[in-house]
Amino acid sequence: MFITTLLNALPGVVAQGLIWSIMAIGVYITYKILDVADLTVDGTMCTGGAVFIVLVTGGWNPWAAMVAAFLSGMAAGLVTGLLHTACGIPAILAGILTQLALYSVNLRIMGQSNRPISVDKYPLLVSARNVRQAALSNPILVCVLFTAATIGALYWFFGTEQGCAVRATGANPNMARAQGINTNFTTVLGLMLSNGLVALSAALLAQYQGFADVQSGRGAIVIGLAAVIIGEVLFSKVFRNFALKLLAVVFGSLIYYLVYQVVILLGLKSDDMKLITALIVALFLAVPYWKGRYFAKRTGKGAGSHA
Amino acid sequence: MLELKNIYKTFNPGTVNEKRALQGLSLSLADGDFVTVIGGNGAGKSTMLNIISGAYSVDEGSISIGGVDVTRLPEYKRAPYIGRVFQDPMMGTAATMQIEENLALAARRGQRRGLRTGISRAEREQYRELLKILDLGLEDRLTSKVGLLSGGQRQALTLLMATLKKPQLLLLDEHTAALDPKTAAKVLSATEQIVRRDNLTTLMITHNMRDAIAHGNRLIMLYDGRVVVDVRGEEKSRLTVEDLLEKFNQASGSTEADDKLLLS
Repeated sequence: MFITTLLNALPGVVAQGLIWSIMAIGVYITYKILDVADLTVDGTMCTGGAVFIVLVTGGWNPWAAMVAAFLSGMAAGLVTGLLHTACGIPAILAGILTQLALYSVNLRIMGQSNRPISVDKYPLLVSARNVRQAALSNPILVCVLFTAATIGALYWFFGTEQGCAVRATGANPNMARAQGINTNFTTVLGLMLSNGLVALSAALLAQYQGFADVQSGRGAIVIGLAAVIIGEVLFSKVFRNFALKLLAVVFGSLIYYLVYQVVILLGLKSDDMKLITALIVALFLAVPYWKGRYFAKRTGKGAGSHA
Repeated sequence: MLELKNIYKTFNPGTVNEKRALQGLSLSLADGDFVTVIGGNGAGKSTMLNIISGAYSVDEGSISIGGVDVTRLPEYKRAPYIGRVFQDPMMGTAATMQIEENLALAARRGQRRGLRTGISRAEREQYRELLKILDLGLEDRLTSKVGLLSGGQRQALTLLMATLKKPQLLLLDEHTAALDPKTAAKVLSATEQIVRRDNLTTLMITHNMRDAIAHGNRLIMLYDGRVVVDVRGEEKSRLTVEDLLEKFNQASGSTEADDKLLLS
């Protein structure tokens, strides 16, 4: 009985997992590549959807609206980046400030706290309604294409001179500056790219679920981190190539939504998921630390020096 | 080539931690000068290199490299002129990137970085050849992550990166101090070889007076944020450790030779 229900829910799990994986890849760029925890994404995860819905209901072509959503995310990243680099505000705080400001901005964009959009009236790219159909309109197909295109584009970009400069900035900013890299510029660029992807993911999500809500980004950063960390813990031994590491993030996101579904079927409410997500992330972050301490004591090297 | 004029730099001014690191430092380097720099802790050696590279800004004075006034330029805009190797082997390389990627970053020092490929096939061959000079077996490990290398290997790699694109000025901040004696000797001989080959204008800080005497055509001693001893050419080649101690005493006005201050 439980298995049948789970199997029935599976297509939806895959679609959601794929949509959120684009967001998680955005988080990967800041958290793993730039070495910055960017909390802007909680706001951007609404902005992208809000911009998309408002434009499409206003008569825009959905593809053009997707581009606009991406740009809106980049603008949010630009604000955080400038608060951090030009104003000297610590990255975490800069992200929190932008996130807070975006709450008001998102309400202004939508005009209300929740904006619906119907797949019957507008030519949306994805919709939850078609998730069980064996047709081209199945959202899983479109989501796979978007995820693959994202990975492909990022694989190319981070192999270019500019992309290498962004990676060097995250790896060792001192070295980057000594090699003539303007680390302020590369940091802003990375934040813009990251938030652009988050907004793109948000635009897909808004279409998929048929609405954008001012609350829909709450806790997004933690979900993104969960996907990144699950992917890393499970696949870092086998996936060494950069494209495969991004694929690991996608798998992490899919696994997260599978666990999500299982927990819901076990009788917990979706509201409980924030607590569970936080616990998962805390646990996965703590385990390597505990492991380090444990092994440090066993080998007698530098015991107690971790504190 | 390098012109430092009357530089002042004070850290934490107006607090109990106030530290006057440079006090009227002036120094002029000719093209091709290989200058070794000695001085006790707190004499201002590292601060001098950091204000040249732009890691710190100056309170007063001016800095020019090859006739260009760089006093107000940020660190990354001075990078086209300057190659640097730091004391800490971790500082000069990106641990999570491959050896060849690190070299490719260095090869583009001072160039506009666009959307061309970050590393080309022709470059790889060139890097393989260059790594052979170091004699550390790195030429077969181009795609290894730099984090896997030892401190000495990383320092040698940083040296190669600093000189990959011929800099107008090479700054070495006690770049062998954190290495074991054998590796330090290896890195130092590679340094000598590269500096000679490319006739690089070089400032090398060292804590080791014998190294300071053995290398370069000129030696300066800093004390209290100023140059107090400056020997070159013939005189430099005849210099002994005893001479240096005496010069230090004269300059500092102290009556006893405090080796500790110099050799610490």
